Amino acid sequence: MKPAPFEYYAPTSVEEALATLQTLGYDGKVLAGGQSLIPAMNFRMARPAALVDLNKVNELFYIKPTSDGGLAIGTMTRDSVVEKDPLVAERFPIVPYVVKHIAHPQIRNRGTFGGAIAHADPAAQIPALSVALNARFLVRKQGGERWVNAEDFFMGPFMTVLEPEEMLAEVVLPPMAKGSGASYQQVSRQKGGYAQAAVISVVVVDENKRCKDARVVLFSVGETPILSQTAPKILVGNVPTAEAIAEVAEKISKEEVDPGTDIHGTAEYRRHLVKVLVRRGLTEAFERAK
Amino acid sequence: MAGKYVHQSILRLEDPELITGNVQFLDDIELPGMLHAAFKRSDYAHARIKSIDVSEARKLPGVIGVYTAEDFGDYIKPGPLQVPPPTAIKGATYVARTTMPIAKDKVRFAGEPVAIVIAESRYIAEDACDLIYVDYEPLEAVVDLEKALQPGSPLVHEDLPSNEAGHVRQERGSWEQAVKEADLVIKRKFFINRNAGAAMENRGIIVQWDKHAKQMTIWCGTQSVIALRNQTAARLGLFESQVRVITPNTGGGFGPKINTSLPDDVLITYLAMKLDRPIKWFEDRRENFLATTSERDQVHYCELAVKRDGTIVGLKDFFYHNTGAYNPYMMTVPLNTQTHTVTNYRVPNFLTEFYVVFTNQMIVTPVRGAGRQYGVFVMERMLDAAARELGMSPVEIRRKNLLPANAYPYYTSIIGQDFVEGVLDSGDYPTSFQKTLELIEYDKFVNEVQPKLRAQGKKVGIGVACFSEGTGVGPYEGARVTVGGNGKVVVTTGYTSQGQAHYTTFAQIVADQLGVDVKDVKVITGDTGYFGWGAGTFASRGITVAGTATHLAAQKVRQKALKLASKILEAPEEELELADGVVRVADIPSKFISLGDLATLANPMRGTMEPGTEPGLEAVAYYGPPYGATGAGAVGLIVEVDPETMQVSLEKMAFVHDCGTPVNPMVVDGQIHGGIQMGIGDAFYEELIYDENGQLVTASFMDYLFPQATDMPKKLVLGHMETPSPLNPLGIKGVGEAGAIPIPSVFTQAVENALQETGVEFDRDTLSPSRIFTYVQQAKGA
Repeated sequence: MKPAPFEYYAPTSVEEALATLQTLGYDGKVLAGGQSLIPAMNFRMARPAALVDLNKVNELFYIKPTSDGGLAIGTMTRDSVVEKDPLVAERFPIVPYVVKHIAHPQIRNRGTFGGAIAHADPAAQIPALSVALNARFLVRKQGGERWVNAEDFFMGPFMTVLEPEEMLAEVVLPPMAKGSGASYQQVSRQKGGYAQAAVISVVVVDENKRCKDARVVLFSVGETPILSQTAPKILVGNVPTAEAIAEVAEKISKEEVDPGTDIHGTAEYRRHLVKVLVRRGLTEAFERAK
Repeated sequence: MAGKYVHQSILRLEDPELITGNVQFLDDIELPGMLHAAFKRSDYAHARIKSIDVSEARKLPGVIGVYTAEDFGDYIKPGPLQVPPPTAIKGATYVARTTMPIAKDKVRFAGEPVAIVIAESRYIAEDACDLIYVDYEPLEAVVDLEKALQPGSPLVHEDLPSNEAGHVRQERGSWEQAVKEADLVIKRKFFINRNAGAAMENRGIIVQWDKHAKQMTIWCGTQSVIALRNQTAARLGLFESQVRVITPNTGGGFGPKINTSLPDDVLITYLAMKLDRPIKWFEDRRENFLATTSERDQVHYCELAVKRDGTIVGLKDFFYHNTGAYNPYMMTVPLNTQTHTVTNYRVPNFLTEFYVVFTNQMIVTPVRGAGRQYGVFVMERMLDAAARELGMSPVEIRRKNLLPANAYPYYTSIIGQDFVEGVLDSGDYPTSFQKTLELIEYDKFVNEVQPKLRAQGKKVGIGVACFSEGTGVGPYEGARVTVGGNGKVVVTTGYTSQGQAHYTTFAQIVADQLGVDVKDVKVITGDTGYFGWGAGTFASRGITVAGTATHLAAQKVRQKALKLASKILEAPEEELELADGVVRVADIPSKFISLGDLATLANPMRGTMEPGTEPGLEAVAYYGPPYGATGAGAVGLIVEVDPETMQVSLEKMAFVHDCGTPVNPMVVDGQIHGGIQMGIGDAFYEELIYDENGQLVTASFMDYLFPQATDMPKKLVLGHMETPSPLNPLGIKGVGEAGAIPIPSVFTQAVENALQETGVEFDRDTLSPSRIFTYVQQAKGA
């Protein structure tokens, strides 16, 4: 379990990192926290010709408030920093709660917020969280940048819209609307283990408890985070009832997810979990919505 | 039996250095000029090797050599049997196909080495493995245990008529008679899966050949230094004294490290001599999963003959045991299963029969529990099934059939892994069962708590199970106890340590005999340069066998000290006492001599040696028990199952154990805790899964789930009992595997009880929530 030979670059600025990526093209691979990439390299399942290590790029480590009440998170911000940041907890209480479920403390001390998004593991929490919170991503390359909505970013397992010379630089979380409530539900075999099914629910209600928005994002049950189309269709405009929530859960589990059978669970079991978790999650999110 | 130290929970003497990292593990050892090894392993479970092209690999800079079976010539042959065949059992049949150090012509499991690379670094060695091209002709793999014995199955060993590796049938009483007497015969089939003995530290070896001194030094975290030394010497044509095996600090053994004559020790000893450079191989986790021995699958067909009132009249158990591609460890595991099936209960008629089967999977050798838990699992499951069919409670049926406290010694008529008839030396099973029921508050739970929680919609359940553990078997272990001129004591033994606290517990035994401070006793284990006799660390026998040898050696030294002091102090031996590092006259505290001074005087100068005496305050003793000492106990467990997700929460566990005299009760607790955790892994998480082509699909901790600290029961209560073993002077029984043994049984029963209303019944271990879900769906459909 030693990696195949590779070249190693350790830029100290974003400009230098982008220039290096530009030069390397398809040979280059960004190294963030390395909690997924390094094991894959040690198994020789990933054999990048060159690593561009961002750990010395100080300008990528930050959490900044935005004037509209949201947050901007530098791509290299460690998961454990996000988990413990008071501003994050104040503006997005769901975020530290979800981040706590990522693996174990040692891994969160190294793993990064942006790295998890760029890696696009279908079983990872942060990609789904970014979709649920309607995040926007700042993607940079040498001499240019673009903004991509989280919803449009994930193309498949470990595949994103990022081009080889591009780098995810910043994640912007727009503010939670008034009347928001959120919930995270996951089932994994062990504490810190991969989810067999998981759902992040973010709902918004008006003064009359009517649902204004319902973003229900499933993950670990398909190739990318799955933003439910059913949930808003059934819920928006109504006061959510147990029956309506159960209907959403039933429909999502039948129509919107595609879990496979693996050694830890059958597809049937995982589909069943989706139904249970969506129901529990939406119920909790609406209870919390205020 | 309690002393100043024995039976006291003193802190482990080895911990301060371990905790501060001031110790040496195998991978810490770096030698000048050291080379590194990596194995090219088979991608196929079963294939003929048509050709191997190593030319590209040999060209890689930094590669010293690349070797296949061909390069080793006649040196490559199947290794020796690690344990004897079952000739002591009447009618037993077996064939031996022992481990090949490197595949020749054919590979028999995925991960079997086909080439070894020696290079300047492990990185280069692994790069070179990527450049070795093997042309295989894939063959159909033998994976399914029962299909393997059907006519027409592909053969793992083509020189044999079938995949049958052996057959044992033992009977006491008459099963036929039992069926006649019974009111009811209950039949069930059970499946037991395969687990790894994944120690925290993987296997590894460093070999150095000194061509001037003609000495080989091997550093290895083996569980058996003596076997490794002897087999190496025999293979290389050396005297045993030319090979020294040293075990550094070792991070866990759990069974697999008992094996010797494995590819690494066979090939690396040879190459270190040939290349005249030290070589290190340190296994990575993937290799550990693929190519370090693991334990079993078994399929059991079981019948229990009972009376209406729940009295057992007989048990018949017929099972298949998967031994993997080779069987160097013969029948230890299935024999343990066989002997532990009925140990706790009165079963007048018992027929037990098994077939050992070759498959294209990893070799099976003992892992903590070593087959015992599956005998226990089968019996406990059958009792649960009987209780269900007879409308009895699981407690009632067990109480009715437990061996009474006056049954010992109890002759089982069944020959075990040590090839003598199993004898239960001592015990009190009804009391340990009763104590468990009290600690788990069984009656209160069943009568008050459970109905209340069930009314709230909660699925809570309880289970109780009994177990025994045959421990401390022969052949023997030895120890030397030496008092130095500084008054401190050194204990050396051929036994090896992987974290079991021998440095503390052996010292406690000696300190009590010699009246010294326990901190003044240094224990050296697992170094053939110090002590060259012994068998190895297995079968929960450390404290029972090596501990007793240590005790006997310390007693001899005590006698020597008293004799010499009596002369010097001019007082009869009966009036002397050993305490505080001196020998003194009991009534005259000022009249004493220190042990150190005595040790100095025990090395006579010219003209003072008395004929017929031996020098030194030193003695060697050996201990070989007639048969093993049997520990036992019972466990209760309360679980809550999420009725929708089937997630299982372990709310409370009560574990009562009897290992005779606990030399250090805190260490015993630690063994129980660790064993329970491993048992939880067994019951709920751990599973080596091979696909239909014999590929291991769980070759990392991402896929192979290992119990974590967070998986322990929320509340764990231990209860201890002490019925001393009459077999050894301290009354000790082993405890190393106890914790692991009854957990699958109790877990299964408790989950079943929680889901009682669904009518679900489980016929296997490793009950993942998904599996529980499937069973419940099937039960609902039924």
